[in-house]
Amino acid sequence: MTAGRDNWVDDEAGPLVRPYAMTRGRTRPANSDLNMITLVVAAKDEIDTVTLDADYVAILELCHQPLSIAELAARLDVPIVVVKILVSDLIDLREVIARNPTRDVRVPDMKLLQAVLDGVRRL
Amino acid sequence: MVSDGSDEMPRAVKILIAGGFGAGKTTMVGAVSEIAPMSTEELLTEAGVGVDDLAGIENKRTTTVALDFGRITLNQQVILYLFGTPGQGRFWFMWDELAFGALGAVVLADTRRLETCFPSIDFFEKRGVPFVIAVNCFDGATRYDLKEVREALDVGPDVPLAMCDARDRESAKEVLVTLVEYVLSKQPLARATM
Ligand SMILES: Nc1nc2c(ncn2[C@@H]2O[C@H](COP(=O)(O)OP(=O)(O)OP(=O)(O)O)[C@@H](O)[C@H]2O)c(=O)[nH]1
Ligand SMILES: [Mg+2]
Repeated sequence: MTAGRDNWVDDEAGPLVRPYAMTRGRTRPANSDLNMITLVVAAKDEIDTVTLDADYVAILELCHQPLSIAELAARLDVPIVVVKILVSDLIDLREVIARNPTRDVRVPDMKLLQAVLDGVRRL
Repeated sequence: MVSDGSDEMPRAVKILIAGGFGAGKTTMVGAVSEIAPMSTEELLTEAGVGVDDLAGIENKRTTTVALDFGRITLNQQVILYLFGTPGQGRFWFMWDELAFGALGAVVLADTRRLETCFPSIDFFEKRGVPFVIAVNCFDGATRYDLKEVREALDVGPDVPLAMCDARDRESAKEVLVTLVEYVLSKQPLARATM
């Protein structure tokens, strides 16, 4: 990966130093059911830039409207697994609300499918 | 806590765009997406195994797998994400996460090398992910009729198959409509609402 905003990771160090540092030792998301299209939105109007680390603030700044984990990873230029860990922390801090897609895809939601069909027909 | 209840949050749905190397996946995502296709990365160990735990990762050799995707806000309640699937076989772990919760898939078939879409077809058949085949008509490629392509791909008679131009928004849109209609038609109670 490219090292993102601050390019302090030298090539020798490999691509993992920065993401590992960003999660500050957290190795996996506490909320294991986060996935690439889990939608995340800030829970509060104000961002607490004083107590929250810069990486959390960066996520909150993007989440004033619902964004998926994949979009956050793309915008912040970090791997998906790192965003999952940080978002998981933010959920525990009650800074964001997250919504997963329908849990069981084998129980299809006809209303949702119809809304998707109407939507793509209107494209 | 991750909510899946019916609060004011929109819901996300996902459609996969699959096919062999250079089949036009990114092009199709871009043709219908409201944002320029975005690219994101996931970590992968040298052995081709996905990383869902960073413990000890400093000591492992890793690479990344790039995924591109687009977004279509269908209405205030529903956001559709289109994900291009990574081509190479060693990224299968990524396909599992991609397929999880996917509404369905478009398999782009490039008639210059039809066999490159076989792994996608096999994967979706095994996972029970509904898919349609979009035959991407590249310039200079021999034209086959759809019947020949269906025979060559050996897919069931109910699997929709259509010609498309992945660069063209209308054409890409038609493919998505075909897919969602097909997904709906497979639901037991579909008739009433179609
Ligand atoms: N003539 C024609 N060219 C196309 C069509 N779709 C894509 N192309 C071209 O084919 C090339 C490859 O398209 P991509 O969208 O990058 O293919 P891809 O499947 O994303 O490729 P990889 O991600 O590398 O596997 C590009 O130069 C496109 O402009 C099509 O329908 N017709
Ligand atoms: Mg591509």
